[in-house]
Amino acid sequence: MTIREVVKLLDAEILCGQDRLDTEIHTACGSDMMSDVLAYVKDQSVLLTGLLNPQVVRTAEMMDMLCIVFVRGKKPEQSVIDLAAEKGIVLLSTEKRLFVACGILYTNGLGG
Amino acid sequence: MDCIRLEYDVDGENFASAGNASESVKRTLKQLGIPPASVRRVAIAMYEGEINMVIHAHGGKAVAEIYPDRIDITLKDTGPGIADIGLAMKAGWSTASENIRSLGFGAGMGLPNMKKYSDEMDIDSVVGVGTTVFLRIRF
Repeated sequence: MTIREVVKLLDAEILCGQDRLDTEIHTACGSDMMSDVLAYVKDQSVLLTGLLNPQVVRTAEMMDMLCIVFVRGKKPEQSVIDLAAEKGIVLLSTEKRLFVACGILYTNGLGG
Repeated sequence: MDCIRLEYDVDGENFASAGNASESVKRTLKQLGIPPASVRRVAIAMYEGEINMVIHAHGGKAVAEIYPDRIDITLKDTGPGIADIGLAMKAGWSTASENIRSLGFGAGMGLPNMKKYSDEMDIDSVVGVGTTVFLRIRF
């Protein structure tokens, strides 16, 4: 699916990366522990998390991820949004909880 | 290609800037046309080390030496040192505070992860003096 479909499925707000919504994605992961993302994730292109600090963007950048979805209605500070925009990473925010957001994407064909 | 040497001061007081050195090395390797899978291994291993320097050791120095076939990374800090390296290498073992965990780190995966993504790893640590971590990753 595309990031645009993720936006629709999660009724998400686009925080940055409006011009990259047609990027194709195939896999995602959900975690609030960046240590675990770095240790266990392989070739996932979307990160769903409730953590808001700049290291979420750094972690995604190191892992070549394309999109971060902040769950539970969370939004990071502008400096974090600016960092993601600079790295070309799409940031989204959804009111849905982590488990529900992951479930919706999984049942709609996004792999783990 | 001769050796390209990159040096960085890792600021231990600024959590937000942790990852700057790894990001710079990643960008350089990409520009040199190193295969993406190798670039990612380097980025993750170095980033874990850089995070460790910030959350455990008040920062330090990072040096990356890029050769045609490999990269050698040396991360040197003057932090508290590691009392038991064998224990620190165990997945899931961490001395990180609750504060560090709330930032998304300190799961005890840093050193094991650095070992996983590197071809050679060496830790030299003296309690009260500091720690030097050497990583070699072949492309």
